Amino acid sequence: MTTALSGRDVAQRLSDQFPNMVNLCDGSCLWVKPEAVAEVAKFLRDTPGLDFDYLASLTAVDFWDHFDVVYHLASLQRNHTLVLRCQLPGRQNLALPSVVDVWRGADLQEREAYDMFGIQFTGHPNMKRLLTWEGFPGHPLRKDWL
Amino acid sequence: MALRTEPIVVNMGPQHPATHGVFRMRVTLDGEVITDLEPVMGYLHRGVEKLAEARTYTQFIPLTDRMDYLSSMSNNLAYVLAVEKLAGVEAPPRAQYLRVIMAEMMRISNHLMAVGTFLDDMGAFHTPLLYMFREREKLLDLFEMVCGQRLTYNYMRIGGLSHDIPPEFLPALKKFVRDMPGFVDEYDQLIRENEIVLARTRGVGVLPRALAINASASGPVLRGSGVKWDLRKTDPYLVYDKLEFDVPTGAVGDIYDRYRVRIEEMRQSVRILEQAIERLPPGEVRSDVPHLVHPPRGEVYGHIEAPKGELGFYLVSDTGIAPYRCHIRPPSLINLTALRDMVLGMKIADAIITLGSIDIVLGEVDR
Amino acid sequence: MDWLRWIIFVVIILAFALSFVMAFILLERRIVGKFQLRPGPNRVGPMGMLQPVADAVKILLKEDITPAKGDRWVHRLAPIVAFAPALLVFAVVPFQGKGPGLGFSLDQPAALADLNVGVLYIVAVSSISVIGMIMAGWASNNKYSLLGAMRAIAQMVSYEVPLVLSIVGIVIASGSLSLNSIVEAQSIPFILLQPLGFLIYFLGATAEINRAPFDLLEAESEIVASYHTEYSGMRFAMFFLGEYAYALGVSAIVSVLFLGGYKFPFGLLPQSFIWFLAKIFLVFFLMLWVRSTLPRVRIDQMMAFAWKFLLPLSLVNLLLVAAEGVSTIGFGWAAVGINVILAIAFVVIWANRFYRVKGVTVG
Repeated sequence: MTTALSGRDVAQRLSDQFPNMVNLCDGSCLWVKPEAVAEVAKFLRDTPGLDFDYLASLTAVDFWDHFDVVYHLASLQRNHTLVLRCQLPGRQNLALPSVVDVWRGADLQEREAYDMFGIQFTGHPNMKRLLTWEGFPGHPLRKDWL
Repeated sequence: MALRTEPIVVNMGPQHPATHGVFRMRVTLDGEVITDLEPVMGYLHRGVEKLAEARTYTQFIPLTDRMDYLSSMSNNLAYVLAVEKLAGVEAPPRAQYLRVIMAEMMRISNHLMAVGTFLDDMGAFHTPLLYMFREREKLLDLFEMVCGQRLTYNYMRIGGLSHDIPPEFLPALKKFVRDMPGFVDEYDQLIRENEIVLARTRGVGVLPRALAINASASGPVLRGSGVKWDLRKTDPYLVYDKLEFDVPTGAVGDIYDRYRVRIEEMRQSVRILEQAIERLPPGEVRSDVPHLVHPPRGEVYGHIEAPKGELGFYLVSDTGIAPYRCHIRPPSLINLTALRDMVLGMKIADAIITLGSIDIVLGEVDR
Repeated sequence: MDWLRWIIFVVIILAFALSFVMAFILLERRIVGKFQLRPGPNRVGPMGMLQPVADAVKILLKEDITPAKGDRWVHRLAPIVAFAPALLVFAVVPFQGKGPGLGFSLDQPAALADLNVGVLYIVAVSSISVIGMIMAGWASNNKYSLLGAMRAIAQMVSYEVPLVLSIVGIVIASGSLSLNSIVEAQSIPFILLQPLGFLIYFLGATAEINRAPFDLLEAESEIVASYHTEYSGMRFAMFFLGEYAYALGVSAIVSVLFLGGYKFPFGLLPQSFIWFLAKIFLVFFLMLWVRSTLPRVRIDQMMAFAWKFLLPLSLVNLLLVAAEGVSTIGFGWAAVGINVILAIAFVVIWANRFYRVKGVTVG
């Protein structure tokens, strides 16, 4: 049975490595600052005991005043999960580091998030639109698109 | 003496007989050898996630049918399970067993189609495909019995099923379950030990175990690479923890392994069906859930082991009657991540069957 | 009265080729349908017999499109170059031999021209069609067509070699290059006398006319329709008919070279063109059987098969036949026994070795 790791416990393990990078944590989520996400991802993947080797899903949510980028992580070795989140304030010039180098599975999903929300993932080798065509007006899953 | 050669770029698709829909592979070729490949998609993009925000939770169910139209029941199931998790309701036991039955029938049907078209890509001139269509036809008849549809079922509801099965369904299903192992043996006999199949598939399109995990592959693609990971076992939903079945895995992660995993999964699905029929309890098939669901504020990620892999629904609720955000984790799309690594240095013919062995449906890749 | 005879035979051959091609198209669809648990086309006319006619009418009414950036004249000429040699093959095929036959008797062999270099003629003529394919692939200005043409060159040139070497065995045994004499020489059908030769010829010819499992030229799932991707209407029909005409041609040649042509096996019944036609259908059925069973091989596997499997075996076959010819064994029943056993042994040994040497990549 898959166990969902508590964000609070993981946050404690992270706090030594990344001081002031964990914003807040509630029961199930771990919120980190956008600029630290790639390093945190690498830490989560490589630390024994955490071993988050599998990125199940990557997406974003538009909350009008900010965007959330949500990573659903899983560990196939230990069969536990964690939700990693980043908050991107504002609606323009959204960017955060790409996690493609950590999990190749983020490749197409980050492109989709860019396509749908206009969030730039810096460091992604091929940051192009995925589903809509080049020159498509706007980013369709934003709440103000329609 | 080295020959001066010139690479050519071929756009395979969006209209191509073997890309399983409107998928495009931008292939750079050196003679017959692939030196680069870039998948291009989006020709079937309908904005299902955006549409979800403008529909009530129940109204979205028929749209899930149209994502992976070869396994609509599984899409239904993944979605209603996520909504149920969000709203905190549960389906009655009979509905849970019936859902398992539908999901496993769907898995067999999907794998028949996947293996059939894969062998077709290999140039087996439709014979295996049509043998497999014979059984798929029977499954579609069964689905038609329960919900009147043969492709887009719209059968699951939040908190249960749209209605109970008709009385003639179980005898027909029992007959199918009795006959199916023989038919699976027949497919094996037809093609398993075929010298050409072995030569074409062994050691071709290899997805190493580490890359499979790192590239978020799921379903038969992940298991073909030797990872024993099946959400029905590792994160049981419905009543899968009460049912007995094995998780077949491959050894090297080549095309042949993925093909074998699918064949074995059909046998296991038949096993699950046998047990589920035996234990099917009487009773209601739908708990008392209103048509307009108002889930509490919050979010949920629900996932199931769909025939093609991990199908996840990430739902965010703002207490309204429609999801604030609905994200779909499509296994077909994410399994394509490693396509380039699998075919580099291979021949064109290998790229085609590698794509066939990943088993994509463009309705789900593009949504 | 030679010119009268020629005209009559030209008409007969055209009628024979076109009607048999039609029949083949229908048969293929019906028989493959049976293999695939479906009825096949059965709506047009009795048992669907008018289906090829309906298809032909449909395809004649289609627009004839030339790609805007293609080479116009080469594109137009290519189907003719590919199709014509298929008909030329039948010029030397003997339909019935001299002397009394079933029903009537002839004072000379029933063939347009009983060339004394018939075998050479067939090999030469049937190689021309590859030029048509290359022309089509080049002129279409389409990458799939070009890939198809590239495969065509590779495939046809490679398979020609074992093909010809296997025919040489026949020529040694019969002592003649004339097809009629080859038939006459078959008191024992050559398929029994040279089973290895038959196998090599059949496989080589299957590859030569691009039928499964060597149908890489028109590997639909890989390169769409290969060299005729850009063709439509009548020009496409010529390629299509050409393919079946070649299938017919190969069936006829196999019947003549290995199955005893118009002779009834072991002379139990008088000779007749009916046996010849029956053998043609038999060979064609074999091709259909293979087609509806086997997947396609890959290009490198196909080349390896020609050069590393068929070519050594055809040399062995040639040596064997030649040795029997000069020794006291001759070409009688003793040779049949030896050759059948040796053929089985060679195929098994060489197939095993071939598989082991190349590991899992080539089968």
